[in-house]
Amino acid sequence: MMKHMMKHMMTLIAGIIFGIGLILSGMTNPSKVIGFLDITGNWDPSLAFVMVGAILVGFFGFRKAEKTNTTLFCEPIHLPGKTHISKELIIGSLLFGAGWALAGFCPGPAIVALGAGYQEAITFVIAMLLGMLIHDNLYEKLKK
Amino acid sequence: MENFTTIQSLVGGLLIGLSASILILSSGKIAGISGIVAGLMQFKNTSKEHYIWRILFITGLVISSYLYSLLMPLPASEISASYSTLMIAGLLVGFGTRMGSGCTSGHGICGLSRLSLRSLIATMSFMLSGFIVTYVLVHVI
Repeated sequence: MMKHMMKHMMTLIAGIIFGIGLILSGMTNPSKVIGFLDITGNWDPSLAFVMVGAILVGFFGFRKAEKTNTTLFCEPIHLPGKTHISKELIIGSLLFGAGWALAGFCPGPAIVALGAGYQEAITFVIAMLLGMLIHDNLYEKLKK
Repeated sequence: MENFTTIQSLVGGLLIGLSASILILSSGKIAGISGIVAGLMQFKNTSKEHYIWRILFITGLVISSYLYSLLMPLPASEISASYSTLMIAGLLVGFGTRMGSGCTSGHGICGLSRLSLRSLIATMSFMLSGFIVTYVLVHVI
């Protein structure tokens, strides 16, 4: 019981830290994101450092996770494979990148901006949920 | 030059890496936002555990702006896209992240932290189309 409470608490705190990291880094500002993606124009490379910082810490966190294969609460960790490259992986990611550049939002920052009350972020997130539902419930079934 | 935010972006990144590490080591879950959100709309899975951690993590994201504003002034989100563009963008992001099994967080941060080739290919793909679409929007149209 105590163990569950601790685990849930840490998940909530992780979400808060993730959101604060996104805000501080500039990822929740679409005009900054577009400035980062505009490599041939007045390029602002700052957001590359978000990835550098995140991987710097994440590398050690995930290395520990892969070594022990169990959580701090002794539950097994199942990690996805690293080598399977498919057509879907590439086409899906290309579509995602196009949407990211159109709005300047990716999923995490959009949810954070929604929490800050931006109408635009609410619109974006609703459309995003719809896009997910279309993929998971229509596209996946039509493919079969 | 004056708008560069190298240090803030690096520190923000360190926090994101810390969060992803906490989540994998405490719950054994990957901090991939698109996957976490999509999982909330899968109703065939009846286990309570499937939903709880997702709801908690997303709640953390939603309240983070408010908590940030208690500590320091919340930076503005400058959004120039029209509502119709936002809708098309949202559809593309939702569909694309599901088809590609991840977004900037799942592939770009967690996957690359694990030195995953699959995530490297995904990250290169969304960066490439991001660069191209931005080029067209900013310099062609």
